[in-house]
Amino acid sequence: MSEQGGEKGGMDLEEETSGVVKKFMFVNRKAPHGTIYALEALEVVLISAAFDQDVSLAFLDDGVYQLAKGQDTKPIEVKNFSPTYRALEGYDIEKLYVERESLEARGLTEDQLIVPVEVMSGEELARRMEEQDVVIGC
Amino acid sequence: MLHIVNKSPYERTALASCLAHATKGSAVILIEDAVYAAVKGGAAEAELKLALGRVEVYALGPDIEARGMKGRVIEGVKVVDYGGFVDLAAEHRTNQSWL
Repeated sequence: MSEQGGEKGGMDLEEETSGVVKKFMFVNRKAPHGTIYALEALEVVLISAAFDQDVSLAFLDDGVYQLAKGQDTKPIEVKNFSPTYRALEGYDIEKLYVERESLEARGLTEDQLIVPVEVMSGEELARRMEEQDVVIGC
Repeated sequence: MLHIVNKSPYERTALASCLAHATKGSAVILIEDAVYAAVKGGAAEAELKLALGRVEVYALGPDIEARGMKGRVIEGVKVVDYGGFVDLAAEHRTNQSWL
């Protein structure tokens, strides 16, 4: 969607085609390949983008492993969906939040992640959760 | 925000993570295996009591009874029935499930 009158942000609640824009946050708390949660969440995120919603993704607890660089799933013969996180930008999904405590607990650093993210404290992340219209745990 | 937790605190970290991110004045409801967190004398009791000063904690009665835990609920945890669960969901602007 193009911006009108140079105005930034999500103040234009009514779009001419699709109606209300809600703030959706997907809270990813699971490691990528042991369960189907991470891949399924990614599918729903892409669907929500098709509806021009205000989407953000949070990664905490084992969810931070989803963004680890260098994933090679050939040996376990499943799809490596980690490059998809890099494609999110193309769908105007640019709000990727990673909890600092979760990274540190797992010995990970921001430069070991596959995409640019905003690293923040759990406290800050909790505030962002409260700002949402819809929060989906996955 | 109404936080919904359905996993035992002795098997998963969902409750711990939920309590770490629940802001003051929000509510947490324990359902299914998460009701074990509300049972007196367990290792989860201290964690839950600490949270009680900050957030409202509820537990689903039918799930407590089904597990033989009736009458063993930590003081301060409010037991609700299915109707109460629906009321909580309606009272809060948003909810979040901690899977």
